[in-house]
Amino acid sequence: MLIDLATVQSNIKLKENVYLLKVFSPGIAASILPGQFCNIKVNESDYPLLRRPFSICDVEGEFIFFLFNVHGEGTEILSRKKEGDIIDILGPLGKGFTIGKEKNAIIAAGGLGVAPFPFLIKKLRDKNIQCIIGGRTDKEIITYGLVNVNVSTDDGSLGFRGTAVDLLRTKLAGQTLNDSIIYSCGPNPMMKALQGLVDEINVKCEISIECAMACGFGICQGCPVEKSVSDDKYYLVCKDGPVFNAKDIVL
Amino acid sequence: MNADLSVRIGKLRLKNPVILASGTVGYGNEISEFTDLSKIGAIITKSVSLNPRKGNPPQRIVETPSGMLNAIGLANVGVEEFIKSKIPFLTNLKSTIICNIAASTVEEYEECVKILDEQEAIKGFEINVSCPNVKEGGLIFGNDITAVAKITERVRAVTDKTIIIKLSPNVSSIYKFASAAKDGGADAVSAINTLVGTSFDIYSRRPKLSNITGGLSGPAIKPIALAKVLEISRNVDIPIIGIGGIMNWKDAVEFIICGASAIQIGTVNFINPNAGIEIIEGLVSYCAKMNILGIAELIASYQISK
Repeated sequence: MLIDLATVQSNIKLKENVYLLKVFSPGIAASILPGQFCNIKVNESDYPLLRRPFSICDVEGEFIFFLFNVHGEGTEILSRKKEGDIIDILGPLGKGFTIGKEKNAIIAAGGLGVAPFPFLIKKLRDKNIQCIIGGRTDKEIITYGLVNVNVSTDDGSLGFRGTAVDLLRTKLAGQTLNDSIIYSCGPNPMMKALQGLVDEINVKCEISIECAMACGFGICQGCPVEKSVSDDKYYLVCKDGPVFNAKDIVL
Repeated sequence: MNADLSVRIGKLRLKNPVILASGTVGYGNEISEFTDLSKIGAIITKSVSLNPRKGNPPQRIVETPSGMLNAIGLANVGVEEFIKSKIPFLTNLKSTIICNIAASTVEEYEECVKILDEQEAIKGFEINVSCPNVKEGGLIFGNDITAVAKITERVRAVTDKTIIIKLSPNVSSIYKFASAAKDGGADAVSAINTLVGTSFDIYSRRPKLSNITGGLSGPAIKPIALAKVLEISRNVDIPIIGIGGIMNWKDAVEFIICGASAIQIGTVNFINPNAGIEIIEGLVSYCAKMNILGIAELIASYQISK
């Protein structure tokens, strides 16, 4: 965990509104685990004031990749970064995905929720991997760095018509799942639906969740998430997550 | 030779005027990975209350133009757990540790201070009479001069350690509260706590914070904080710890000139956890450039012509 002034190597527009940023940061790159994130200050001024959390998409040697979409002033500024620009990165932060002994890994992602999976897929090595990717329309489907992709769209403009969780349910029906794990990331309604599904079919599942946060390392206490068991403390998304066992949290 | 940066707050002598604000450094352990806390003038812990508090449900934070709203709700481990699990780490930090106390009743403030007074590691208390994010206590006290006076007297009676009263800016004449704190026996006041603010989602028409309102901090509030510090400085003879939107050494100097004996940094710690050290270095250079031998000579050195 350190602060680094990283140099932008490239910033490619993958799709309308979606960018892949590659930065040179040997210090941070050396210690990243799949599912961790970085907190990025997009400029030096006081506006926007706070850093913004981004999933680490991939790591190649001393380079880190971030996959992001433009949805506010911060990401708009980030989308304009070009080769040679400097960005202030704090990371790697949080707890990532657990890589266990399961033979089968099912990746379920909604929209930009695909972001953390290219790096995870590299680390899963010899496992059987299936990816289920959902979006509202085909415009939201991003498959960068994924393998064995199955697509769902709410409007049916690409692949299965319905949500990613609907498609997952169909795919998993009748399968024996005791040697499988689901890794997932996506909007909260999707994560909630997934929690329902994995509870029903009893399969191990880790979800990466999003939350507004300031510091990213536990001092601001700004990103609580409720535990499934009654407790006098919340989990913090930044330190205890962003990856949680789907059974451990209430969204 | 570097200027003497040391300042005096009540019985405390701080090696420099830079203090890390309550609620922005936890209990020191996380931020210590990014910065050398032994070089910092003082550290004020996250508010401690008699019993643990879970704090508010999400969403607790909203970014606003050059600022942020927070409604954490004084989430903390409670005094017993604080002594057991946090004091050992704080003891080893080689900085001055001040404990921030939050409570819902006058008795609870008194009880907390009484218990913590026995802890060698704690050199002083900052009494939070101005948290805008809890239903009981907090602002209710902060807006009531009699309550501020009473709380100050009661905690003064149970400790000889330095007492700092953290004042609310959500009042019409802050100097009257500083005066009440002084009369009650406080050694210093901190000004200012956050300003009450809110933010709504224009599509759902719902407040973004679960608590509806939160406390506004960051550079957006700096001019207000400066004016409050100046107001106290011109009306009450009590050491002031300036706080509100300080991002760098220039902001710190401005507060000291306007009357602050020391300054606290808060929101900036979330963005640059090493900001405290950078501010100390900036103060050293400024003093050298301005031929200032001791930073204390800068305090309330404003040049205001009548």
